[in-house]
Amino acid sequence: MKKLLRFFTPLFLHPAMLCASAGGASWFRTDRINSLILLIIFAAAVLIYIRLAKTGRPLFIRKLSGLDAMDDAVGRATEMGKPVLFIPGIQEVSEIQTIAGLSILGRVASYTAEYEAGLLVTVQYPVVMAAAQEIVKDAYVNAGKRELYNDSMVQYVAGSQFALAAAVNGIMTRIRPAANIFMGAFYAESLLLAETGNLTGAIQISGTANPEQLPFFIAACDFTLMGEELYAASAYLSGEPKLLGSLKGQDLLKIIIIILILAAIVYLMIDWKALFILKILETS
Amino acid sequence: MNPADSSLIEMSVAGFLILSIFSFLYKDNPFYRLAEHIFAGLTAGYYVGLIYQTVIVQQLTIPIYREGKLELIFPALLGILMFTRFFDRFSYLSRISLAFVMGNTAGIFLIQQLHGLVLPQTQATIINPLAGSWLLGAVPGGMIIIAGVITTLIYFYFSKEHKGVLGKTARVGMVFIMISFGAHFGYTVMARLSLLIGQVKFVAFDWLPRLIGVN
Repeated sequence: MKKLLRFFTPLFLHPAMLCASAGGASWFRTDRINSLILLIIFAAAVLIYIRLAKTGRPLFIRKLSGLDAMDDAVGRATEMGKPVLFIPGIQEVSEIQTIAGLSILGRVASYTAEYEAGLLVTVQYPVVMAAAQEIVKDAYVNAGKRELYNDSMVQYVAGSQFALAAAVNGIMTRIRPAANIFMGAFYAESLLLAETGNLTGAIQISGTANPEQLPFFIAACDFTLMGEELYAASAYLSGEPKLLGSLKGQDLLKIIIIILILAAIVYLMIDWKALFILKILETS
Repeated sequence: MNPADSSLIEMSVAGFLILSIFSFLYKDNPFYRLAEHIFAGLTAGYYVGLIYQTVIVQQLTIPIYREGKLELIFPALLGILMFTRFFDRFSYLSRISLAFVMGNTAGIFLIQQLHGLVLPQTQATIINPLAGSWLLGAVPGGMIIIAGVITTLIYFYFSKEHKGVLGKTARVGMVFIMISFGAHFGYTVMARLSLLIGQVKFVAFDWLPRLIGVN
């Protein structure tokens, strides 16, 4: 019992108290136990859901409207004989939105391989280019269309944000792609790209987790994936157990957080001792 | 660019390129193409030099040779593996570097989000909505914060179809999201306008008067 108390006591203490009692550097940051517990719950939920998905149990994910439009967009590009332009954001591969964008690129590339439509991917960083080339190549090989793939499908166009916007705007007005898909981290160039694409008459599907750019995408694109929908998209499109399990784990975490917030608020309204919940959530 | 310290030639190049880029508002034209290619080419070249100097020289070569930080050989090897992409036979080796970066990113991002966003935001939402004054807006403000967070979280719940009570709650969440987007839109447009004013000011009040000899 004493051992248990010793373990759980830091949960209810203020980080400053812990630091003071630590008296120097240590291997374990006790002020981050709350993060560890949340991480363990999340990881356990993800692993359980992955196992469920692998056993063949169907895991329901609600329909995301923008994603169904991708199939239509590629179909339109095939009919028009024009390529699909895909931009996986303007950040390095060390940005999680870029990884989500690349994951969606894999699906789009498998559609373009299947329909034999053209695909052009423009990037701002060499490592993203290498990753995108691998992903597109894999999609074409898996679709049995290896001969349609070439490395120039993925192009490094510029080394900075607005140079990329200028180059991509030029590509849009000259090639006039049938569909523009923007998935990843976008910043001030979002409206420049989306508005030019709109003027060229392309179907536009966008997705980003940068809230300040979402209004521009919503205004200028036909479909927009907002925030977390960007991350959910790859799971929805692929139906892979690992991605579905991760998405389900996140949903469970949201429910836990909602319950925690509501319970704490009710408790706070009737008893000041609920403050201990605030202490648990304290971050340094 | 500080007009006071610049020569007329420098200002003229800058002014010409600004006008060339603005000419895209009319339609794609040779001036825009020229500016676009100069811009794209310059940035690509500039970043090659910048990355060589700041990463390869300052963060790799100097620490290894002068400070004896041999552990940096590991990231250097990962970087070298990227060059195997030029050889079909060994190109698969570059996937090791890519997998390292992507896996690392996902792991770090998870902790960052939990510790930097999820926990602080959850904590900030746990407030007593009845504490404070109705007249000063503390009570309605608190209620709006709680309702906004919970309904928005429900909007991003993917495991159930948005129908019935869940659908209505998600719709309220959507209203909160749209109000937030409206605020973001206005804020960003204001920032862009200030950028535009800066460029127009440079062309109209700094460059052109100097070019025609008025200033």
